[in-house]
Amino acid sequence: MFDIVGKRPVFFAISAVLLAGSVIALLVLGLNPGIDFSSGSITTLSFEQAVDPTEAEEELAALGFSGRIDEWQGDLVIHTVQLTAGEKTSLREGLEEKFGPAEEMGFESVDPVIAEETAGTAGIAVSVSAVGILLYLTWAFRRMPRPLHYGACAIIALIHDVVIVLGVFAILGGIFGWEINLMFITGILAVIGYSVNNTVVVFDRIRENLQRGVSPDFEVVVNSSLVETMSRSLNTSLTTLVVVMALVLFVGVSIQNFAVVLLIGVIAGTYSSLFVAPQLLAVWHKGKWRGFVQGPTLTTR
Amino acid sequence: MLRRNTWVLITIIVVFALALWVLLPIEGERFGRQGIQFGLDLKGGVRLVYQADLSGVTPGTEGEIMDGVLAVIANRINPLGVTEPDFHRRGDDQIVVELPGTDITDIQKERIGRTALLGFREWVQVPVGGEEVEVEVGTEEEASEEGEEPVDSGEEEQAEEGEGDAEEPVDEEEEREPVTIGMWVPAMGTVNGEEKALNSSYFKENTYIDRGQFGEIELHFEWNEEGIELSEQITGRLVVGNQPLGIFEGDQPLLGDDGQPIAPRVQAVITDRGIITGLSMTEATELSKQLNAGRLPVPLTRVGEMTVKPKLGEDFVDLSVRAGLIGIVLVMLFMIAYYRIPGLMASLALVFYGAIVLALFKLLGVTLTLAGIGGFVLSIGMAVDANVLIFERMKEEFRMGRALGAATEAGFNRAWTAIRDSNITTMIVCGILIWVGGSIAFGGSVQGFGVTLLIGVTVSMITAIVATRTLLRLFIGTNLAKQTRLFTIYSGKKNV
Repeated sequence: MFDIVGKRPVFFAISAVLLAGSVIALLVLGLNPGIDFSSGSITTLSFEQAVDPTEAEEELAALGFSGRIDEWQGDLVIHTVQLTAGEKTSLREGLEEKFGPAEEMGFESVDPVIAEETAGTAGIAVSVSAVGILLYLTWAFRRMPRPLHYGACAIIALIHDVVIVLGVFAILGGIFGWEINLMFITGILAVIGYSVNNTVVVFDRIRENLQRGVSPDFEVVVNSSLVETMSRSLNTSLTTLVVVMALVLFVGVSIQNFAVVLLIGVIAGTYSSLFVAPQLLAVWHKGKWRGFVQGPTLTTR
Repeated sequence: MLRRNTWVLITIIVVFALALWVLLPIEGERFGRQGIQFGLDLKGGVRLVYQADLSGVTPGTEGEIMDGVLAVIANRINPLGVTEPDFHRRGDDQIVVELPGTDITDIQKERIGRTALLGFREWVQVPVGGEEVEVEVGTEEEASEEGEEPVDSGEEEQAEEGEGDAEEPVDEEEEREPVTIGMWVPAMGTVNGEEKALNSSYFKENTYIDRGQFGEIELHFEWNEEGIELSEQITGRLVVGNQPLGIFEGDQPLLGDDGQPIAPRVQAVITDRGIITGLSMTEATELSKQLNAGRLPVPLTRVGEMTVKPKLGEDFVDLSVRAGLIGIVLVMLFMIAYYRIPGLMASLALVFYGAIVLALFKLLGVTLTLAGIGGFVLSIGMAVDANVLIFERMKEEFRMGRALGAATEAGFNRAWTAIRDSNITTMIVCGILIWVGGSIAFGGSVQGFGVTLLIGVTVSMITAIVATRTLLRLFIGTNLAKQTRLFTIYSGKKNV
């Protein structure tokens, strides 16, 4: 049998490096809030002739608008500060002068009033889900000794996953100017659900193995539970990754944030449900915080 | 046992057929539901969010006022001919307008939330910096950043009915130090000892459009009693030197057909009635209508907008359908390659799952948004999770020495707590997504995701357990089942 629990220091070290990297990325680069959270406008224009987004971006600056341009299905998606109807018209006319006739395909505009409210509610949502999950898991594992530990470890694993996703987005934001929007928050909440879903499967096996009395040593129980659920965890992640990849590759910009959040989140979630949450549980259960760094030695089985 | 399975199988086939019948044709009507509903982001349309300024309202009457605003907005939307317009209050002081599937112009959008309150302003010189300078009224300084300079286009006029020909206004040139700047300030007058600004709330509700002697479009209005008093004082003051009277809507000058602000020079004292010229026919007609009956009781500011052209939405749908199909096929291939016969059964269950979920979307009237479709596609990947859990468990049980049939049953039974607990946590998150989506101004997409994922998770628990189990039980009864290789179970060898 594989000794996963025994390699704990390695896994904790990997997580520590990833977390530290994410936090540094967040502190240095920060996240680019999209219009949903910081107000602004997004105008989608469809030009008759193909227009290079980089050229269009230069022209945008020449017209006196500060902003950024993405391409989606041949259309230009123009991110700017909040535009009035008049400003929008002059923006379109300015670009038309240079690149030929265009049709307005979509327009979104968010005022700071709405943006603030949205950001606040999104923050509350993430916190409420964490609390809800903690309560449910504590209840689901109520027959176990110290049921709160299960919920708390699942929450720590969840925070681990969310921080890594945020870190990757800080980097993507720094390189490609990616912004976080409501789709991003939707993705984060989905990742929360997914991460806990995976962790619960492992915990469920721990619960069962404890009840069956597999071993008096809690670490042995955790280890065998991990090994037994390993192929399930990997296979479920694989099928989920397959559909998420399909979304990333075939739908693109409009759903990109959501799909990429899920992509990173599913990978991080799989990792944390195998290598973070159960290991923490083992350490905490035994109260052996020294084992946190040293790693235990498995003797039985 | 076999008998019961046969019945369950028949039920499954009937439910599947029923689901297909409900679903197809996609646009068809079933049980009073016409097709699958798409959100604004997919079928195109406009969503506007307005913030009402209730600062000047008597406390306690806010609700009434907002209902009044809604009624006015309804009157303005109805003539647009939108099939299913929706307008409702959001919170205490916001109004949400949704016009699905439409393609309306920016001007039409502006008109929906227009206060239709015209304010009259005069051009005054105000001192810059701390220096005390006498306020000069009616002089034109060189253009300044503050306010617009009155335009002297000569095509606008405002005069008392029956007055003679308008004289060409004479510009006053005055050489002075540039220590003041000109700006438009509301024209004030005194009624009953109270200082009041002149605006269109003093209009009688009988404005009309006419053509002048040169065919120009005229918007005729009459003052009510208070209006007459104010107008007399103000135009009496401005007629000296033919000073301009600016017409504003909110803080924006009212623009004429030529795109220039309308600010006629006062040629005579206006008492009971006047004319506004320079507007286009459509604009004048619309404004007259709104001045007469459709004035909003409080000013609205547009705080959010989402406009999607129907064509853009179609692209989204096509692309996500393609992504979904590719995703489902790849998941099936993986399941069959990895789990063989059980994988095949799980794939059949997945088709069953897809049909039921889509049929439910139609029956429950779920509004599919872009994120909602994303949620459905994601749920395909997660739907097989229950099967993966069960199959892995089956293999374990078989390795522990159980017979195929017993291992299958044990696999289903033992995997149940994991399936239940893991899905309930996902459901908690779905509940939060639905709640958050409902309370955010542009959260329709988020809500759609929560709804589709919730339906997906719930249905997948049933299909993965009931359908797959029945199919497998039936299969185990056949001779083929002796080939345990088909279950990726190789006796004596551990296969992970």
